[in-house]
Amino acid sequence: MRKDEQGPHTGLLSVAAALVLLLSLLTGCSGGSSDAQGVVRLRFQSLAWQKESVDATKALVEEWNATHPAVQVQYVQGSWDTVHDQLLTAFEGGEAPDVIHDASDDLADFAYGGYLADLSGLLPPRLKADIPARSWQTTTFGKGVYGVPFLQEPRVLIANAKILKASGVRIATPERPWTWAEFRQVTKKLSGNGKYGVAWPLKEPVSVTLNLGLSAGGRLFTRDGEGRAKVEFTAGDAVVPDTVNAQVNTDRSAARTTLGMGGSDTLPGFFGGKYAMVPLGFSYRQQIVQQAPPGFEWTVLPAPAGSAGLDQGVSPQTLSVARDSPHKKEAAEFVDFLLGPANMVRLAKGDWMLPTGTEALKDPALGTVEDGWATGAALAPHLRSAPAQSVRGYPEWKDKVATPALQEYYSGAIDAAELKKRLVEDGNRVLARYRR
Amino acid sequence: MSTRTRAWGRTGQYLALLGYLAFLAFPFLWLISTAFKSPRELGSLHPTWIPRHPTLDNFRQGFDEQPLLHAGLNSLVAAVSAAVIAVLIATPMAYVMARHRGRLAAAATGWVVISQAFPFVLLIIPLFLVLKDLHAINSVGGLVMVYVVWSLPFALWMLNGYVRAVPAELEEAAAVDGAGRLRTLVSVTAPLLAPGIVATALFAFITAWNEFFFALVLLKTPEKQTLPVVLTHFLGAEGVADLGPLAAAAFLATLPSLVIFAVIQRRITGGMLTGAVKS
Repeated sequence: MRKDEQGPHTGLLSVAAALVLLLSLLTGCSGGSSDAQGVVRLRFQSLAWQKESVDATKALVEEWNATHPAVQVQYVQGSWDTVHDQLLTAFEGGEAPDVIHDASDDLADFAYGGYLADLSGLLPPRLKADIPARSWQTTTFGKGVYGVPFLQEPRVLIANAKILKASGVRIATPERPWTWAEFRQVTKKLSGNGKYGVAWPLKEPVSVTLNLGLSAGGRLFTRDGEGRAKVEFTAGDAVVPDTVNAQVNTDRSAARTTLGMGGSDTLPGFFGGKYAMVPLGFSYRQQIVQQAPPGFEWTVLPAPAGSAGLDQGVSPQTLSVARDSPHKKEAAEFVDFLLGPANMVRLAKGDWMLPTGTEALKDPALGTVEDGWATGAALAPHLRSAPAQSVRGYPEWKDKVATPALQEYYSGAIDAAELKKRLVEDGNRVLARYRR
Repeated sequence: MSTRTRAWGRTGQYLALLGYLAFLAFPFLWLISTAFKSPRELGSLHPTWIPRHPTLDNFRQGFDEQPLLHAGLNSLVAAVSAAVIAVLIATPMAYVMARHRGRLAAAATGWVVISQAFPFVLLIIPLFLVLKDLHAINSVGGLVMVYVVWSLPFALWMLNGYVRAVPAELEEAAAVDGAGRLRTLVSVTAPLLAPGIVATALFAFITAWNEFFFALVLLKTPEKQTLPVVLTHFLGAEGVADLGPLAAAAFLATLPSLVIFAVIQRRITGGMLTGAVKS
């Protein structure tokens, strides 16, 4: 009885005391880079996520640390899903990593917000010369360069080789791609009996539409004399949306059900022979290699070409340096090490993407026919800066105007005139707020 | 109402309940099924509930690629600490609010309601700066502080209801029998509050165990990261995911909550029944 009376009371006190002790210990464990013994410590936040790319990145960090005892790099893994919010908070709190892995279409806010270092004077001439000007354009905001573009992926048509061969259609190549009109005819021919020529995964329709639209001369965004962006919908801009709309609603050669899907969601139907082709990012090849049933034959074709040939927009993966980093010079040296030609090839293979570096692109491993590498490499010279990525207000325009408008147009709920009206009129109202 | 009509009504109720349970269980059962499928089977056009060729490779790969065990330990420390501290603070507060109704109690209740109205996105940057000043960034201790503050209002609200359900006459009877205030609280009130305390602790634990955004923002180094943050490392750009290992890791991440709930469920139910009989 006595024990019962005292038990809970003393028990609670003990637990409380233990927790206070634990908390003080844990709080005291707060980390942070230090310069003890003169060693510079950098934090590198990587977004590599697939085993091969994580292994390649970690191995490179280890190699750097082994050969640079005075500058030690700590590998920190971030996530594509949350990187923007996480970085924004870290920048505001002055706790951002020194070297930051991101994508060029996510950099505009950080660059204009003054969170990233201008790398123009920090990078060595070798690296500057190795990456083409069209790629540097993706990370140039105003007069500064706020990231090094290093991996990119074109959108390609991944096709069921057996279905294509059996149909007798001409197989597109980078030298002789299909035109958009020809692509429509081909998908029509490949459709019927519950099967479709193409499955467009358009859960996020805006970047696909804009990036592929470059091939037909679409730009959608233009700038006035003072550099202010506005939306204009030209005949070139209409080619991709009109083709998709016709395939879904007129020809029935594109599956309606995949319009709300992500790329991975279309793969079971692709493997099952329901869809002859799926337009996907180049890196999806890894999933296909992993998941395709034994004996499944697939091939990589270039996306259709328009008046501007095979041009398409990309938002390369980037490496940036935080403006608040006390060791910008060392951080830039580490970036240069990571992006040396041989290392860039390792990173590209790990992520199943194309390197931006011209030297890395010459590597024979990236020119092989196997797994479609050669098709991707042939597309590299045609990759341009995604049209919208430096436009202030683009994220809001995309979420509030373009995404619902394109989704409704592709499903047949609105016509082309309404699409144009929404993209241009509603869109310019959104962008106007960012010009003030 | 005839016996036959009652039987039909009861059958309908059970069917509705069964449907609801199936609705709740579906995502979890699918998660388990996915966790044991090979990449090839995950790409099948005709997926099955029972994996055709069950494999543990996803679990192996999950543990190989990410520090799941270490992250799980961090989550456990954070969640248990937050739950215990929140309950230690909330219990006496709830008792005072329930038994001494005055302006202070009304103000405290108002604070609880208002504090629930702020979305955490609004708080995160100021909170980050405050914790930075306290040198509590990148520490599980700092995270525990946030979790305690975050779960405290609701814990207080929950416990307030449980305290009110304990008849004040019981405490008065103990006082008449000669028990002092402390003795009354420990021997009479506390045992009757046990189910409420357990339920509140469970709520605080699950809130902290599943919490993602604060942990993402406040913890910088890999060795401090909690399980929900590490799970996002299986996600790539544009919603692409390493589905098998992600499902395996997510399945493991749900186990502690399930086990703890299974263990203490009887206490909660038992306590409720006890209260029902007394009232």
